[in-house]
Amino acid sequence: MALGLEASLGDTVLTTKLDAVINWGREYSLWPFVFGTACCAIEFMSAAASQLDISRWGAEVVRFSPRQADLLLVCGTISYKQAPILKQIYEQMPEPKWVVAMGACASSGGIYDNYCTVQGIDTIIPVDVYISGCPPRPEAVLDALMKIQDQIRGESVLNDRHKDFKGILD
Amino acid sequence: MNTTALELLQAAFPDVPCTASVDAAVLTVQPAQLETTLSRLKNDPTLNFGLLLDVTAVDYLDYPVQQEARFSVVYTLRNWEKNMLVQVRTPVADPEIGVPSATKFWDSANWGEREAYDQYGIHFQGHPDLRRILNHWQFQGHPLRKDYPIEQGQICYESDMLEKEIKARLAQKGVDQTLMEDINTEIMYLNLGPSHPATHGAIRILTALDGETILANINEIGYLHRGFEKTAENRTYNQVIPLTDRLNYCSALMNNIAYAKAVESWLGIDITERAKFMRVILSEFFRVQDHLVCIAANLVDMGGLTNYWYLYNEKEASYDLISRLTGARLTSSFTRIGGMYRDFYEGWEADMENHLRAIEKGVNDSLKLVLKNRIVHDRTQNVCVMPAEKALSYGYTGPCLRASGVPFDLRKDNPYYYYDTFDFTIPLGSKGDIYDRVMIRYEEIFQSISIIRQAMKRIPKGPVTISNNNVTLPPKAEVYKNIEGLASHFKLVFEGVRVPAGEWYDSFEAANGELGFYFVSDGSGRPYKCKVRPPCFYMMGGFHEMVEGEMIADAVINLGSINIIGGELDR
Repeated sequence: MALGLEASLGDTVLTTKLDAVINWGREYSLWPFVFGTACCAIEFMSAAASQLDISRWGAEVVRFSPRQADLLLVCGTISYKQAPILKQIYEQMPEPKWVVAMGACASSGGIYDNYCTVQGIDTIIPVDVYISGCPPRPEAVLDALMKIQDQIRGESVLNDRHKDFKGILD
Repeated sequence: MNTTALELLQAAFPDVPCTASVDAAVLTVQPAQLETTLSRLKNDPTLNFGLLLDVTAVDYLDYPVQQEARFSVVYTLRNWEKNMLVQVRTPVADPEIGVPSATKFWDSANWGEREAYDQYGIHFQGHPDLRRILNHWQFQGHPLRKDYPIEQGQICYESDMLEKEIKARLAQKGVDQTLMEDINTEIMYLNLGPSHPATHGAIRILTALDGETILANINEIGYLHRGFEKTAENRTYNQVIPLTDRLNYCSALMNNIAYAKAVESWLGIDITERAKFMRVILSEFFRVQDHLVCIAANLVDMGGLTNYWYLYNEKEASYDLISRLTGARLTSSFTRIGGMYRDFYEGWEADMENHLRAIEKGVNDSLKLVLKNRIVHDRTQNVCVMPAEKALSYGYTGPCLRASGVPFDLRKDNPYYYYDTFDFTIPLGSKGDIYDRVMIRYEEIFQSISIIRQAMKRIPKGPVTISNNNVTLPPKAEVYKNIEGLASHFKLVFEGVRVPAGEWYDSFEAANGELGFYFVSDGSGRPYKCKVRPPCFYMMGGFHEMVEGEMIADAVINLGSINIIGGELDR
């Protein structure tokens, strides 16, 4: 039983908020770019394989071109040598984009507190969700995905995200 | 160490000090004699050390005993036919002057010496391409020198273009740029990686193409260099075990075993019978896991996605057993110096048998798709061939060397943990092409399953760690009830297992090849130096030889077939 404006437009028209409809589309069609460098990438493989099946969240279309992706999954250790490449990949992704730091290394450098390891990718690019573990279980990847979906639901499509971020490479 | 090898070397080099250390004979020569010594070791038919396993250096700055010079360079060589291992050590008075390069004898010296230069700043005279390999090009200093602070990171602002290097390689291959322009052929430079789905990690493959054919190729690694060796120097021997998990993370437990075996060999510890059989069962189980991932990923690169489900799902199922046993899926940290962390759980035999049956089924299903598949044959046979001689020169070991027809496997040639009493064969390739490398892994899965079944029948009951309070933690009852137990627990946790001073090398047949550890101990509970001899580092060093002249798409599947694992490659 339609009310108000909808009542006068007939049975086939719905009214909603722009945010609600766009975000609904975004949250169930995340296309991940897997920046897999180390052990965590193997656990991501498990999250994508049949037992856990990441497609239940609509995120199975793994893209290896940053221009076709909107979710950057950083799986593994990022060294200083790797850092400019990660930043370049992030910048090549079109807006809006979200970033997940998977595992201890990507989140904080993990057990590698030394001369070659970046102490957390949030010194280079902005991060939305962190996953703990070394490596995290694949279920944790799905949990992070759901957290990203929650975030998307609460955002306005008119606002730019992470406008003022400044990392060590900027 | 077989005594004949030591006698042979003493006879061959009467004026060079020659000692034995675990399995290896150690020759100490002056830099002036290094070249002639290495040349003789390689070319003398009675010595015939055809495999240069590893090159590294040692910085004795903080070493308690005064040495002849601050640095020394160590070459580890093997005669694979006669199971002889020799280490040639030479003091380096001035790292700027350095020592003569061994690149003219072995191709594997190229990357080995580059690493020693990068990490220790030692110059190798006559090296064709002496530049950094693991650290980035903007890095200042040499991190493994003892006076380099471990936490001093250096930011890299942009990647190296590698333009000079690829042009040099083109010239080496005899491609004349002006001639190419004359015949209106444009050389296209194509970069694969370091973030590319085909690179299985982070490797950069730079190719110069004529159409789809690769004219020249150079590779850059080090994107996953995480400072394993520097970190290990700051930890006790047992604390290094979690770091070894992350070398080859597809077969983490195998690294644990290889590492523990290397330390135990110097301590002279004979672990318990049950622990030996546990190590055989688990290392073969992880060899199967490693090969499953390798073949699955390689066939996905070829477009055979169904194989991925057949193979990877069985690996995924195996995590049930692994996590029930070790508490972790991937990074197990299951060994300790002196044995295993704990025994198998009740009823593991039935679980293991179920997994083995499931794996056999998965592999057989996958083989049905591959064995008579014309597309697979055409894409892999006679493609990216590595002849035996070249494979040896580049320091290949493991399945990739056996694919080239060289029957070298440490489980047969230098058996440990009763491998000589198990009934298994070493599959051999005839060509050294991608097909051989893939098929050898399939066959090794069946051989490993057979070893596991034999070991499961023979495994005795008993403890899984030795009871020596200087090495393994005492039982909790002793720790809580008497002061000796408490004291040794405390000392082991804080100071670590005290390892007698010395230098040694020990190796293990891991899924990818010979995984070696070279240690320098100063007598304390922490390694003074711990160098890993990673099998895939040297395989990547010979990658360009396989792909030059082939198509770009072949390079992609070739990379999968040599099973490059970033953690082990870059450490």
